[in-house]
Amino acid sequence: MIYSDIAIAAFSISVMVDLFLFKNSMLTRAAFWTSYAIILPFQLLTNWWLTSRNIVMYNPHAIIGFRICAAPLEDLLFGFALVLSVMGMWEFWGRRGMQRH
Amino acid sequence: MLIFTLCGSGWLEIVLKTGVLRRLKRAVLSILPISLLFLVWDAYAIAKGHWFFDRSQMLGIIGPFHIPLEEYLFFIVVPLAAILTIEGVTTVKPHWRKGEFGE
Repeated sequence: MIYSDIAIAAFSISVMVDLFLFKNSMLTRAAFWTSYAIILPFQLLTNWWLTSRNIVMYNPHAIIGFRICAAPLEDLLFGFALVLSVMGMWEFWGRRGMQRH
Repeated sequence: MLIFTLCGSGWLEIVLKTGVLRRLKRAVLSILPISLLFLVWDAYAIAKGHWFFDRSQMLGIIGPFHIPLEEYLFFIVVPLAAILTIEGVTTVKPHWRKGEFGE
């Protein structure tokens, strides 16, 4: 498996879990999409910083090769999966009554 | 980058009083299981050479599974920023909390 495969898998799994496993989907809520809209530009900015300065480098054989703001397209799938699953977990514990306020 | 993210989201805790850090148990239990999965991926990708890092631009501390310290910190700081963001959003737009816990 290369970065592309794992990124697509992580994205798909996080979406499936959110829609079908968690009772209260993040993907159907305005709060999630507004948060993601805030996070996305920051991700692009920090991604650009880390990749354009070659702090992080990618094996050309591990990625499709399409880049956005210097970073591989795969990074957006990775970021989406990370943000969605962490917010999903945060809501999951809240729903179970843990430290709601 | 980590400091930028910490500052960029940390002010929400202070100004909007999102109270995420106060709810440490919930934050840790939300971040830890997800970050562990992503760190397994990170270890695999590093081992397979999917990505690599410029040692001259790093602190130089390498943790278990050849994962640099910065990567471990990344998977604490970034998820925390995500939680701070959605809590910030729902603090400003409280009506979006309706149905939050499926009630």
